[in-house]
Amino acid sequence: MADHFKVAVVGSGPAGMSAGARAAKRGISHILLERADHASDTIYKYQKGKLVMSTPDVLPLRSDLGFKMGAREDVLGTWNNGLGEAKVNIRYKAEVAGIKGQKGNFEITLRDKSVITAENVVLSIGLQGNINKLGVPGSEQPHVQYQLDDPAEYEGENIVVVGAGDAAIENAVALAKQNSVAIINRSGEFARAKQGNLDLIHNAIEKGLIECYYSSAPVKVGTNTLTLKTADGEAEIKCDRIIARLGATAPRKFVEACGIVFPSADPKSLPEVSSTYESNVPGLYIIGALGGYPLIKQAMNQGYEVIEFILGNQLEPADEPLLKERFKNLGNVAVEEVLATIRHNVPLFAELNPLMLRELMIDSTVHTPKRGEVIFARNDFTNSFYTIVQGQVEIQVNPNDPKEVVLLGRGAFFGEMGLISGRRRTATVVARDECVLVETQRRTMIKLINSVASVKREMDATSIVRQIQTYMAPHTPVEHLAELARTASLQKFAPGDVLFNQGDQGDVVHLIRSGSVMISRRIGGRDMVLSYVASGNYVGEMALLSDAPRSATVKAAVATETVKLDGQAFKRLLERDANLRREVESKFRQRLDDNARMEALPEAGNIIQFLIEQGVGEATDVLLIDESLCVRCDNCEKACAETHHGISRLDREAGPTFASIHVPTSCRHCEHPHCMAECPPDAIHRAPNGEVFINDSCIGCGNCQRNCPYGVIQMAAPPPHKPGLLSWMLFGLGYGPGEDKAQRKVKHEGVTKHAVKCDMCKDIEGGASCVRACPTGAAIRVDPKQFLSLARLAQ
Amino acid sequence: MNESVVVYRRFMFFRVALYLCLAAIIAYAWHRPLGMPNGGTWLGYGLGSIGAILILWLMYLGIRKRTYGPGKVKLEAWVSAHIYLGLSLLVIVTLHTGFRFGMNLHTLAYALMLVVIASGCFGLYAYLRYPLLMTENRRGITLDNMLAQIADIDRECREVSMQLGEEINRAVLVASQNTRIGGGVLQQLSGVDPKCPTSRALKTVEQMAGQAAGNQAGDLRRLSTLLTRKEELLRRARRDVQIVALMRVWLFVHVPVSFALLAALIAHVVSVFFYW
Repeated sequence: MADHFKVAVVGSGPAGMSAGARAAKRGISHILLERADHASDTIYKYQKGKLVMSTPDVLPLRSDLGFKMGAREDVLGTWNNGLGEAKVNIRYKAEVAGIKGQKGNFEITLRDKSVITAENVVLSIGLQGNINKLGVPGSEQPHVQYQLDDPAEYEGENIVVVGAGDAAIENAVALAKQNSVAIINRSGEFARAKQGNLDLIHNAIEKGLIECYYSSAPVKVGTNTLTLKTADGEAEIKCDRIIARLGATAPRKFVEACGIVFPSADPKSLPEVSSTYESNVPGLYIIGALGGYPLIKQAMNQGYEVIEFILGNQLEPADEPLLKERFKNLGNVAVEEVLATIRHNVPLFAELNPLMLRELMIDSTVHTPKRGEVIFARNDFTNSFYTIVQGQVEIQVNPNDPKEVVLLGRGAFFGEMGLISGRRRTATVVARDECVLVETQRRTMIKLINSVASVKREMDATSIVRQIQTYMAPHTPVEHLAELARTASLQKFAPGDVLFNQGDQGDVVHLIRSGSVMISRRIGGRDMVLSYVASGNYVGEMALLSDAPRSATVKAAVATETVKLDGQAFKRLLERDANLRREVESKFRQRLDDNARMEALPEAGNIIQFLIEQGVGEATDVLLIDESLCVRCDNCEKACAETHHGISRLDREAGPTFASIHVPTSCRHCEHPHCMAECPPDAIHRAPNGEVFINDSCIGCGNCQRNCPYGVIQMAAPPPHKPGLLSWMLFGLGYGPGEDKAQRKVKHEGVTKHAVKCDMCKDIEGGASCVRACPTGAAIRVDPKQFLSLARLAQ
Repeated sequence: MNESVVVYRRFMFFRVALYLCLAAIIAYAWHRPLGMPNGGTWLGYGLGSIGAILILWLMYLGIRKRTYGPGKVKLEAWVSAHIYLGLSLLVIVTLHTGFRFGMNLHTLAYALMLVVIASGCFGLYAYLRYPLLMTENRRGITLDNMLAQIADIDRECREVSMQLGEEINRAVLVASQNTRIGGGVLQQLSGVDPKCPTSRALKTVEQMAGQAAGNQAGDLRRLSTLLTRKEELLRRARRDVQIVALMRVWLFVHVPVSFALLAALIAHVVSVFFYW
């Protein structure tokens, strides 16, 4: 007599495990079949210590098993405990050979010929059980492997990694620490990998840590060689070990034998399932990667849900309670209704699909400000984005006259200027009447702009007009700007790209909306820097006003985006608007004067160039040291260490010096912080005064450290207790100020390191400790926008 | 780029110290004590108290400098005040003595104070003069970079000298193993090493180069270039060490003598009250 169950779950990955746990909790007869002798073989085979991500972050977990982002070992530990606690009936070393039958009476045959019967079958076998093999002569040898448990096991070997995906890159980079590593990429670039891994591999190749063979494929494996077919013919490379990470495909033969139909012959295609995860065979359900949901959290949620569906229950989406919480202050309105209102009232979000809108709203905050409440103030450094669902707000456009306002109503958005430029808010916004606003965080908004074309289009169209008005013609009515705005287009420049050259014909004006540019002129055969122009200004008007060729070359100092405006339309605008003409002309004369004075001060131009080369152009606040005053006492470093748990976030001596201005290794609080880009827990934020800081939710993944081009982020363990200053001075207890630096870099077993960086002492009265502790006044913090002005440099 | 401690806030503390001194001088001139002016009159006690409080406050800088808590006042302000108020002691304490000196504990305290002030003056001179010289001497690289470059040159020198016979080989080896930068206090302060093995090796190589021919001449020229570069780096590294030493050495007088002054001051105060 075969064992009989209500549900049989095949495969104990995240999806299957979660289904097993749900079935056990619900007290229905079940069995969880696993081919290996441990649960979740795919994650078990991850590299030791690998960080398991829990994306999408906002999706709540709906499972009887726990899961949060963490090291492979911790995740597996949680699951194993959970399986035990839930008393899941799991059978290891039970590889399924075939499934026959129909709903109510499935017959599952195992490799050992035993048979199990079940009313329903949940197929959660994933794809990794069927990994792609190298498949060339010699690849059956033992030194060809398809996984890497612990990169530290290998030392001093020649290792070839085959593949160009995330797994291949992670393996190659980890192995390169103590081996000589080559990576074989079939195509000419790494297109499939995540951004973080792309940076890692490009960096490693550039530094010569890893050798990369592009457009190459293995053809033969020898005992300690690998023959490659490259674009230039065959090549033989030395290798002691080959690690092939070529992805996986659905175990099609097996799945089709169960009666399941694939929609196409494409090896990458996956079977189709219903909204309750049922396949074309009634009673046979498919969840997890095989069903098209490769993310762990999604798979675990499906495991839970599929058991509920089998029991005949309907479930609301997993994120429903979160949205209810978000919409709490709107009163007792159904989530669906609120979402429908937002979609109806805000054209910007009209084209988002329901899932995206839900995700966006989970990442946003709904505000219901009272009449007269300030949403944000001019010169704040916040960078979130607002949309108006109901009511009106007034934008105080004139800093000197709060009465001069522009009204924005239902469906409009604001806050995009700070988001785009990465600089301070350009106006104060006040609620006009009782309104409903949605505030979206910078990161979410950037993701949305990059992934949904309609959002980007809509935002660009509106922001261009606003930027022209704010930065160029604050007193000109919007109607007058319409013609100029129609000629506008956005143009991106990489650092060093030329906007226009000296001597070119001038037919456009560039309004800098993010980044900054450097203006230089060729004098006596030598390029001389005349000035630095930050975002929120325009360049190129001089040639138009004087009808002469360009008098200088303008280059992007950092990654820059400009609004390119047609010169003729610009001229026509000036003809129509006498006030604007006077303003532009006065600025033009000012620039002529400044340029003439700068030519007499070549040293100042060199300083601008030097600082721009150090990346100061994208800074909002940078620490500089005047070496003519600095006595090298390192009290700045000691002060930083003492106010930040023993780790100095600045390295005074490192970094270049020019004309007694020294740029130490220390955070510049960039306009668009590189460190923020890929922080999994979104732990890096900008405080209202501009400080970029890392909060306590840091998980120690190190992405920010790798992404920072200035090397100012360190990974550090939490500090041991340190006795007070007098105990040290009088009794020699503990370490003196800043003396525990070396001690703090020691790695303590079992302690997770976290990212630390300069937070400009934002919570300490008096501001940056480094500056306050400098005995000679050599250390100063400056905003490059002001510091690089002629007035300062002429001193 | 920024103002120094000397001109801090348009000589704010210079003015404070100046007013203090002027007030003391006027009081001293106006005061008609019984008998000779001395520390025992009411003005003497007054000036003495001000002097003692100032000394304690000046010494507190050692703690303030290492206190990194919150606060609006920058250390720069403290240092500026320290300099000018420290100098004002010259006037205040001298007037306190009433110009009566002798071979006693009281005059010892006064003498110690003069030593502290003199060393402080040297410190100020060093702080104003050497930072820029240090930057110029380094030409954009750190001392560690210089040492790394020297090590690289040493390696290259040894490779080249392999084929050049025993005498050169030995000179180069000695130069790479026995060349010292810094050393004792005096050596650091001098900034030179008259017996530098690298200079000697360079001389040897140059002499041999004059007589050599063919391949050997080429190698010797290369070696001589390498050693010249190393000598130049050594000169700069030693100069760097010298400047650091000059900026630090005065503190080894200033701080311990301050403590000696504190001890003498306490003894002075106690004895004055004891014999009152």
